[in-house]
Amino acid sequence: MSTADLLVFIAVCATATFATRVLPFVALARQAEHPLILHLGRYLPPAVMMILVIYALRDFRPLTDGRLNVAPDGWPLILASLTVVVLHLWRRHALLSIAGGTGAYMAMVQLGGTP
Amino acid sequence: MPKRHAWHEASVTTLPVMFGYLPLGAAFGILAIEVGIPAWGALLMSLVIYAGAGQFLAVALLAAGAGLMEVAVATLMLNSRHLFYGLSLLKRFQGAGWRKPYLIFALTDETYSLLTTHGGERDLDHAQAFRLSLLNQLWWVLGSAAGVLIGTTLTFDSRGIEFALTALFIVLTLEQARRLRQWLPFAIALATGLGAVALLPDRHLLLGAIGATTLILLADHRRRQTQREALSP
Repeated sequence: MSTADLLVFIAVCATATFATRVLPFVALARQAEHPLILHLGRYLPPAVMMILVIYALRDFRPLTDGRLNVAPDGWPLILASLTVVVLHLWRRHALLSIAGGTGAYMAMVQLGGTP
Repeated sequence: MPKRHAWHEASVTTLPVMFGYLPLGAAFGILAIEVGIPAWGALLMSLVIYAGAGQFLAVALLAAGAGLMEVAVATLMLNSRHLFYGLSLLKRFQGAGWRKPYLIFALTDETYSLLTTHGGERDLDHAQAFRLSLLNQLWWVLGSAAGVLIGTTLTFDSRGIEFALTALFIVLTLEQARRLRQWLPFAIALATGLGAVALLPDRHLLLGAIGATTLILLADHRRRQTQREALSP
């Protein structure tokens, strides 16, 4: 692939990506105060956050060959998530919850699981 | 807020994103080099495309020799969930001035999450939103650069570190729940999210779930409106 081809390719990707981000701002610029838009602004972010959690955990498989799955896509995922929830409900310190959960996940993935 | 303090606060807020973006960006860099994209090309992609899944898709399409039309359509499809992010930020970004184009350009899943959750009771001001967005992209570009440089030799066993992004989403969901104290959006998301996992192929999952949620919220708005009209004579 020539340099020019690669540049065109990147330009197409960049334009398509930016288009999806900018379209609502261009198309609905005058509607920002519309009650419908305000309704979405209020309720969509929490819903999206929940969906992103489900998306991040979508690969969870509780069992492999009838046994508890301890690989990275098994119980470590759930245990680490619960660690985050418990830490956050307890101390409500975002960094602590995230670091604690991530540390727990890394330990489980690196020490156990993969044979 | 003094400027230095503001930058410091922004870097602390984006720390979880950094833990996700550095390894993910590095993975992208390594992959890009592997399929034969030159180092400058990989870095340019992280600078001007700046989309996690989107860039992995781009590498795959490039390796498969896909046509430009195909590339454009696939990218639009994959990133169309961003349409809904913009919808809920129309008002927030009003009056952001010269920062606005960049705020829109840099609207990834993670930046959207930070911008819509942080700032306590009052919304973040535009300058702080800009700092968060810029730092997040900096982590992404640095990660990509590391991936390009290091190639495939990793000195630190970082397996599992990408869980930081999952943890971030969990924390932000809890914060949103605390702030809103209503179960409706979470119940809708649970239904559409699990439904999408069960029914849709991976690449349409987020779009399907977020699109369905938006439609349900629109229907809910209409229902409330008719209720209000029925109540007032």
